[in-house]
Amino acid sequence: MALIEAKNLRKAYGELLAVRDVSFAVDRGEVVGFLGPNGAGKSTTMKLLTGHLRADAGSASVAGLDVADDPVEAKRRLGYSPEGAPAYGEMTVREFLRFAADLRGLDDAAERVRATLDLCRLGEVAGQDVDTLSKGYRMRVGFAQAVIHDPETLILDEPTDGLDPNQKHEVRRILKDMAARKAVIVSTHILEEVGELCTRVIVIARGEIRCDESREKFLARGADLNAVFRQFTA
Amino acid sequence: MNAAPSARPPVAAAFRAVLRREFAGFFRTPLAYVFLAVFNAFAVSLAFFVGGLYESGVASLDRFFLYHPWLWAFLAPAAGARLWAEERRQGTLELLLTWPVTVWQAALGKFLAAWLFLACALVITLPVAFTVGWLGDPDAGVIAAGYVGSLLCAGACLGVAAVASALTRSQVIAFVTGFLGCFILVLVGYGVFDELLSGALGSAAVDEVRRLGLWRNLEPFTLGLLDARPAAYFLSVAFAGLGLSAIVIERR
Repeated sequence: MALIEAKNLRKAYGELLAVRDVSFAVDRGEVVGFLGPNGAGKSTTMKLLTGHLRADAGSASVAGLDVADDPVEAKRRLGYSPEGAPAYGEMTVREFLRFAADLRGLDDAAERVRATLDLCRLGEVAGQDVDTLSKGYRMRVGFAQAVIHDPETLILDEPTDGLDPNQKHEVRRILKDMAARKAVIVSTHILEEVGELCTRVIVIARGEIRCDESREKFLARGADLNAVFRQFTA
Repeated sequence: MNAAPSARPPVAAAFRAVLRREFAGFFRTPLAYVFLAVFNAFAVSLAFFVGGLYESGVASLDRFFLYHPWLWAFLAPAAGARLWAEERRQGTLELLLTWPVTVWQAALGKFLAAWLFLACALVITLPVAFTVGWLGDPDAGVIAAGYVGSLLCAGACLGVAAVASALTRSQVIAFVTGFLGCFILVLVGYGVFDELLSGALGSAAVDEVRRLGLWRNLEPFTLGLLDARPAAYFLSVAFAGLGLSAIVIERR
């Protein structure tokens, strides 16, 4: 059974068809890189998968649970970090993660918070208000709330956006460590991430899937990934 | 760490977590203390200086509660403005709604947290009641009923404020529209407004309209009457507002 599944998803904003007939399935152990130009429909597809938006047609499921029919159970099995990693700015990092753990009803909330602070190397800013953090830390806080319950499925919208190379490397390292046990979708417009992080690539443009293949196949298309990208998204 | 979801029912946990976070959230900024101070100052000074509570020579708090609809109309939207507007502004609404909590649980948690906060404001005014008790021999039951009525009135104003907050990402706009909504509920039943209405509708209709005002429904409580009808009115407005705010968020 695929852990994340999109079946003929379609979503329109007024006249604009943002996602048209998108279907794919992600299995455990896969890290899918969601590539596409800005406005291609990456974020919209993710919002449909996480149940934040309701699809006009088609269905999405997480761990076998339909996100429209059984949203709460599906969301319990999902970790999601929206674009820009929003968080409650007036809370400290520790309070924020504790809130995320309590809301999810985790029995060992305190222990999970501690372990997640460690995992995401947030220990030194744990007592700081989220509002006062640098971009790098903020993104990691967004990542931390998404993995605090060690979900089977992980959907991350541009988790490395705005990070410096060291921070990017750090996020990728953490992701790689946990990827074998999860189904992961990561959106990005950084093509190098494909080689470093992903096991599979889905290129999306104008709301449609233009390419869905293994990392090896994708990388074999040419030395200049930018050219490959343009060829699919033009 | 393991992937097994916890056995505890997530419903209660999510609701409790939201309630606790929202309530604590009021005290994260100095605003809460300003709010409590302003409420207390106005509640007391309106009763004594405008209402002439002391000069009246009557050991009763009806002149104290007389101004509460005005106070709640102003301060409930001030407290409620952040409930949803702040989530929208910070982008955390998307986070909250992709966590395992239903919109209704979140809405109820937020609403009750704010109501609890308003209850704190009311509790701080208790020295007024003790003062009256010290000066004279008031009926404690009547005073208790007044407090119950005032708290219900606060809930109704908060219902209006919750809807206003759900509709916008700006706390200022949420406050202003919430205040306007409550202001109308205060005006209904006031003399000037009644005269305007009776010209247009006739006095029988005005009497019906007056039942929809805050003051008309608070009045029985201040006289010591724990009446089901005004209580039902306040609770209806409160929960209609709560429900409407949830619907607005669900259809965002």
